[in-house]
Amino acid sequence: MGEPAENAVVDPGLDEQIKKLTSEKIEGVITKVLTEETAARLDVYMRTCVHCGLCAEACHYCLSHDKDPRFSPVGKVKQTLWEILRRKGKVEPEFIRECARIAFTECNVCRRCSMYCPFGIDIAYLLLVVRRICSLLGVVPQYLQDTVNSHAVTSNQMWVKQDEWIDTLQWQEEDTQDEIKDARIPLDKEGAEIMYSVIGPEPKFLAQLLGNIAFIMNVAGIDWTMPSFDGWDNSNMAMYSGDCESRARIERTHDEAAFKLKVKKIVMGECGHAFRGAVYDGPKGLGWKEPPVPLIHAIQFYYELIRDGKVKIVKKFEGPVTVQDPCNVVRGRGLGKMLRYIMRAVCEDFRDVSPRFEHNYCCGAGGGVINCGPSWKSARVKGNSVKAEQLKATGAKVIITPCHNCHSGIEDIINYYKLGMHVKFFSEILVNAMEIPEELKV
Amino acid sequence: MALLTNCDWNTRKKHIADIDEWKKKFSVIHELAVSPDGEKISAIIKGDNDRFTPCVNGVTWPHTFEKAWSLRFGCDGRLTCLAMNDDEWTVATDDQMWEEKYDYVWNLQENRDGECIAVNIKTGGQYGVAVNDKRWENIFFEARDLAISPDGEHTAAIVQTERLDGADTVGFLEGVWSVAVDGHRWDKNFTNVWGVTFSCDSRNVAAEVRTDIRDYTIAVDGNPWNTVFRCVWEPLFNPANGDVTAPVQTERGWTLALNGTVIWDKYFNQLWHQRYNPNSQDIAAVVSPKFGKWTIAINGSPWKETFSDAVLPPVFSPDGTRVAAVIKNKGKWTIAVDGQPWDEVFDMIWNPHFSPDGSRIAAKAERGGDFFVVIDGKVGSPFEACWDPVFSPDGKKLLIRSIDDGAYYRRVCSV
Amino acid sequence: MYQFIAGPLVWIAFAVLIVGSMYRIISMLFQAKKDKVVYPYMSLRFSLRSLIHWFVPFAGVNMRRQPEMTVVTFAFHICLICTPIFLLPHNILIYRAWGISWWTLPKGVADVMTLIVVITSLIFLLRRVTSPVVKYVTSPSDYVLLAIAAAPFVTGFLAYHHVLPYKTMSVLHILSGVVMLAAIPFTRLSHMLFFVFTRSYMGSEFGAVRSSKDW
Ligand code: HEM
Ligand code: SF4
Ligand code: SF4
Repeated sequence: MGEPAENAVVDPGLDEQIKKLTSEKIEGVITKVLTEETAARLDVYMRTCVHCGLCAEACHYCLSHDKDPRFSPVGKVKQTLWEILRRKGKVEPEFIRECARIAFTECNVCRRCSMYCPFGIDIAYLLLVVRRICSLLGVVPQYLQDTVNSHAVTSNQMWVKQDEWIDTLQWQEEDTQDEIKDARIPLDKEGAEIMYSVIGPEPKFLAQLLGNIAFIMNVAGIDWTMPSFDGWDNSNMAMYSGDCESRARIERTHDEAAFKLKVKKIVMGECGHAFRGAVYDGPKGLGWKEPPVPLIHAIQFYYELIRDGKVKIVKKFEGPVTVQDPCNVVRGRGLGKMLRYIMRAVCEDFRDVSPRFEHNYCCGAGGGVINCGPSWKSARVKGNSVKAEQLKATGAKVIITPCHNCHSGIEDIINYYKLGMHVKFFSEILVNAMEIPEELKV
Repeated sequence: MALLTNCDWNTRKKHIADIDEWKKKFSVIHELAVSPDGEKISAIIKGDNDRFTPCVNGVTWPHTFEKAWSLRFGCDGRLTCLAMNDDEWTVATDDQMWEEKYDYVWNLQENRDGECIAVNIKTGGQYGVAVNDKRWENIFFEARDLAISPDGEHTAAIVQTERLDGADTVGFLEGVWSVAVDGHRWDKNFTNVWGVTFSCDSRNVAAEVRTDIRDYTIAVDGNPWNTVFRCVWEPLFNPANGDVTAPVQTERGWTLALNGTVIWDKYFNQLWHQRYNPNSQDIAAVVSPKFGKWTIAINGSPWKETFSDAVLPPVFSPDGTRVAAVIKNKGKWTIAVDGQPWDEVFDMIWNPHFSPDGSRIAAKAERGGDFFVVIDGKVGSPFEACWDPVFSPDGKKLLIRSIDDGAYYRRVCSV
Repeated sequence: MYQFIAGPLVWIAFAVLIVGSMYRIISMLFQAKKDKVVYPYMSLRFSLRSLIHWFVPFAGVNMRRQPEMTVVTFAFHICLICTPIFLLPHNILIYRAWGISWWTLPKGVADVMTLIVVITSLIFLLRRVTSPVVKYVTSPSDYVLLAIAAAPFVTGFLAYHHVLPYKTMSVLHILSGVVMLAAIPFTRLSHMLFFVFTRSYMGSEFGAVRSSKDW
């Protein structure tokens, strides 16, 4: 079928790695995955799909490519798993490259299609099986693999060293003290109510977000802590690269940090994939049915703070604002209503999107796709023109994205389609809208 | 332990410090720490000129710092924290600063008897370990984590021995990580290294290593086991003979391996936190016999009772006859002893402590914001705050360290 | 010959259907154990919630987005399943064999329903050839399956209305029915068996784990 021109991307993680493959190795890995690691779901999904194509309506890649069949959910399975099964794993290295391209860069494993397939076939799961095969063969987009390597070494996504993490927290604590008297980021406070965890990019590039949460926690008077040791990062790129062993190790480190600190719950920053990894897809791999220490997403945390009057909104954000429903917290955990509650509480002019809630379009960045690196960016952005149209239709000037992947992905979309909008995290507008009690003012 | 043998086991109740007074005196008080014998309470406070220092029983150290954190009492009763002045970090113990200064220090640790204090350090952009005011002679691109031998003579850390360019995924897989013991690295590099641990006689070091995409094993003194597994968790030395055991994952599930060979005939959904019986070869570990169910297994035989949410590492009684573990079932925490959970449940519970003869178990717990000492499942009176209870060496008394009405008390009660 | 086809062969086909289906379902249930996450997350409430939304026409978003397909699919499946069950001649045969019978379709209605199956099958066929998305994932087996599903209706209609020689047509009709029944457990027609399970699992996962709707 050949590679579409716009995707003729150079990526050593694929191009160089397939050169090392032999057909025996490929067949061995595929057989292993199909016999040892998959069972009823794969089998039944493959038998049940009636090739009706109704899932095409779900996928933003397909919709953005004029319903190009290669981008339909079932089309992607056809190009990968159907062939793998039909040929019983006897496929060439070049075919594995195709599989990797499709599974890693043309599907956000957003699960929208499961709501459109009459059988509820989990296409995302099927493409994750393909990713698993690629990962065991060492064929993973280079940048994505690098984040997984970082996770394996440091337990965080961005090669943040142990001293850099603590140093950043201490620096942000000081910065927050310029606004809130004696504000603290309590490190390693055993028995605190809440452990707050974030994703690696926050200390690496967006330290201000750590300052924002310190601001909010101190104003709201929350009994909270952050670990000075590994386990502070709740993200999990291994979940997307197909490295189940690293995925499990990362989740365990995060859980163990909470056990060690004796906290009642973990509140996590505005990230969607991390929520998926820590709350419902990650724990399974370790044997947890539910996360052992309950996890609360920032959306719910802010919702509770505002609802219970722990933070008071005094200066609502002006101008038209819209919102992105991150797949992994809205379709993934039903937080859409709370998201709208906090949006309305903090914004004067909230413009809702359509489609919304669990039917919202994926940002195109999640599922590890943005982590595949800059060389795949153009394909990613072109694969989501429906998102641009959807956002444009709201007439908003600002879009709130309570997820890091959505944040970066939508920024790219705004720039490419010249939408003239700005992307913000919710905490950024919250800190400007909330009241600082007199006694805490500097 | 000398501290506990020699401390006051007679005075029933002693008022040590008035924390509410501190609150009036200092605008900022960090987390409180208490000494093992209960005689001292301390916290880092903000004093004059916005400088920080520990306050011990109401008296502040003469030295003050721009920043200070990680305050703790060692098991010999010394008080240590990490402190910074003029952008230089160091370790301060009982108001004595180390002479050596570093770009950064963290991960403060001590050995069994508290004589050896070690930290991870960053210096000149490179990384290493410093032990009792003396840095390793070798430094590395990076050094992570830290293990101290039981006798305090040796330290080990995970080190990066070679430079790795950004996004060099090929170089990464070939391996740039190793273990350094007292600053001397193992000959071999690995893709990953975790879970460094010393043997009980302080002579050997084992760690989890990853040698390829999905090849995991245990390396002892730099030599990997002959067998590889799908995955492994932290190794542990047998106190009696220096054998190494570790949880390993095979096609059939998780089980326990000894020196590279599987020794349990049971396989689990999950298996971690193995612990040795101090008096025999028995091994207790946390296992998940079925998806979403957790318990403790001893030599591979799980307790009958399972728990839905979590089971924390098992604790053997000093005589090795009993095993207790913190468990979480349907959202509530308690302690299970030999498979039987206590009837009382809590919002949080701390590790179980056995009396020296193993007959009693005491733990700190929290419910509805009140703290308690729980003995054999029976809840004591509530405190504003408290620390882990401590049995006297003869097992007849219990030391309770708690805060009541804003004051810190040390109590001794008979059990 | 006719005796065998109209008698034992039909029973054999039913036996294959029942035994084959049971085998498929039981082996799926066993396999699902290996897929550790399946059983722990199953929820009766959320399974039913999902099934109801997918059994009621236009209850789901995608059914409303593609109304033509919804009408065609429901018409096809309802007629495909109800016509043979409530057809008078089938009932007579069953009455003769076992002495039981039930309500039957009026003649004209049965005719219309048969034609609906034939016409909707043609629409499916047309869709397979014309819609790029469907065409892309169509393999020869899809045509064969569609033919297997439609054949009993085409032959039955022709036989009943004596358009072609009755005897030949009724043999063909019975044979095609036999093929269809026997094919269900072993081909993608087994979607009939698995629908309830796949939907229930997704419904449970979306409802119980994800607090979301799956329609
Ligand atoms: C309770 C039982 C059944 C359910 C819930 C069911 C459901 C479905 C669904 C959801 C589709 C896909 C949507 C579509 O193509 O419009 C479909 C397609 C199809 N079904 Fe069924 N089905 C059932 C029984 C049967 C039976 C008994 C047959 C024939 C033996 C059959 C033959 C077909 C065929 C041939 C298609 C493919 C249509 C195409 O070519 O696109 N179904 N079925
Ligand atoms: S991107 Fe989303 S909708 Fe598209 S195939 Fe993947 S999971 Fe399905
Ligand atoms: S909608 Fe479902 S059954 Fe139809 S082609 Fe897509 S995955 Fe297959």
